[in-house]
Amino acid sequence: MSDYILRLDDVHTDIGDYQVLHGISFNVPEGGVHVLLGRNGAGKTTTLRTIMGLWRARSGAIVFKHHDITRMHTSDIARLGIAYVPENMGIFGGLTVQENMRLATAKGGFDDGRLGRIFDLFPAMEKFWAKPAWSLSGGQKQMLAISRAIIEKRDLILIDEPTKGLAPSIIRAMIAAFEEISQDSTILLVEQNFLFASSLGRNVCVIDDGRIAHAGRMGELVEDKDLQTRLLSLSLDAHQ
Amino acid sequence: MTTIDLASAPQADPARRGRLIVYAVVLAIGLALAFAPFLFQDVRSSQVAARICVFIVLAASYDLLIGYTGIVSFAHTMFFGLGAYGAAIALKGMGPGWGAVILGGAAGVVTAIVLAVAIGVLSLRVKAIFFAMVTLAAASVMMVLASQFSDFTGGEDGIVYKAPDLFKPATKLLTDGDGKVLKLFGVSMNGKIAAYYFVFLSCLVLFFALMRIVRSPLGTVLEAIRENEMRAEAIGYRVVAYRTSVFVIAAVIAALAGTVWAVWLKYTGPETTLSFSIMIDILLMVVIGGMGTMVGAVIGVVLMSLAQFYLKDLMEVAAQSTSGVPLLPDLLEPDRWLLWLGVLFILLVYFFPAGIAGTLMRKGSH
Repeated sequence: MSDYILRLDDVHTDIGDYQVLHGISFNVPEGGVHVLLGRNGAGKTTTLRTIMGLWRARSGAIVFKHHDITRMHTSDIARLGIAYVPENMGIFGGLTVQENMRLATAKGGFDDGRLGRIFDLFPAMEKFWAKPAWSLSGGQKQMLAISRAIIEKRDLILIDEPTKGLAPSIIRAMIAAFEEISQDSTILLVEQNFLFASSLGRNVCVIDDGRIAHAGRMGELVEDKDLQTRLLSLSLDAHQ
Repeated sequence: MTTIDLASAPQADPARRGRLIVYAVVLAIGLALAFAPFLFQDVRSSQVAARICVFIVLAASYDLLIGYTGIVSFAHTMFFGLGAYGAAIALKGMGPGWGAVILGGAAGVVTAIVLAVAIGVLSLRVKAIFFAMVTLAAASVMMVLASQFSDFTGGEDGIVYKAPDLFKPATKLLTDGDGKVLKLFGVSMNGKIAAYYFVFLSCLVLFFALMRIVRSPLGTVLEAIRENEMRAEAIGYRVVAYRTSVFVIAAVIAALAGTVWAVWLKYTGPETTLSFSIMIDILLMVVIGGMGTMVGAVIGVVLMSLAQFYLKDLMEVAAQSTSGVPLLPDLLEPDRWLLWLGVLFILLVYFFPAGIAGTLMRKGSH
């Protein structure tokens, strides 16, 4: 159990009158990229938001690095070392790229080495450093959201559908970036793009109707076309 | 890597030009206020200039709430009134002296802090509309208290008192060889000019303090909170703590502005400090100037104050000069000044939807 950075145990979450998560349980090992897959409305985003405390779990337990964060305040969860990149990128359009990134630093200053690494990963961030975030393209906004998540060392980064609406060339850049980021942080990724997810993921959980329908190694799911079809109504070939 | 160079599209120039225009206008207003006693030597003008100074601070501190943090409060004049009543009660009770100003002002500020913390902690967790209602109720209670505790506050009549001796008209700040009050550019260097520069310099310090706040990392966090509270929480900021802190800072600045206003006016009553018409005025000043710009408060206050004090006179001149034209003199009848003030506001909101400074500085932005 000590190898797991995050553990969800029988988590139930309601949104208004609707129960969305019906007892989600899974473990996220430390290091690498781990993927939550599932159809639209299955409960993937709700799972991430529940981990962050943006939706409150009705019951169950969420444990991050031995801290029970189930009832913790969102800002306290963030300060424990979890970064969240929401589906809609979560950047502040009225602020510059620099201000967006500075917001995510604990003391308001940048580590030059880390910043240089981010500029290597996403050169657009250096180019548009002083520009307001609203003026960036969709891909650049996504890069900013991810840059902000890694501007300081985070133990766990929750990323919700980072490739949504992005051009293939940008997706390729994202894969390279995630591979590097996962060297010193654990990434829990929600993704619909199976090709993207399978190229990065070490482990996978498939969520269906608010329940875990499958959990295992990503390689096993990639090789088992029947399982893919049954769980996700797709096959990897169809996406290649 | 493909980069889509939207940010370098040629849309930054209008915004830059707009910023230059706004800063030039604000600099001109600042210079006019700095030299107001020499430029406009009648009593009414110095009254208007002092009011503009105090209301710039009041409106700018309100902009910190509504424009920078997205907090809608109707209790801002309550804090203004606390600072004013603190100084007024102390000056009345202790006599005209700096000790009374400092003690009274400090009492007003401390009361403002206590009330702001109480309202903030209890109410900033609720939705914006409920918070606005709580502040409205608090301001109403304060109005009633000011009227009811007449032994202490002077009730509806308010309190009349004397300012420190330095501000007496008979005080000689500078004298000539004969021991008479020195005149510079036709202006007597007496207590009246000392009172004006007390107001001007106090307000300048308070305004720069506000500018410092919004340009600090705290200002960036406040803008982030205004834009999206949930996102700010998700990167580690306790929104309620920040909102409460800003509410307290704005209350302190408003209370200090109230103290300065009380010293200048030598009279404090519900109508000059606590009334809802002042609350509506500062709301309009911030909206017209441009929310979330700080300098917009300067432009909004000047426009509103000039309209409130001089539009009637202007209309009288216009009505007389168009006496031969049918209908126009009736429309320009000075008693209809409020109608034209309303028309002016509608036009301003139509042509400057983000306020004057807001629209000019953000032209070309989203």
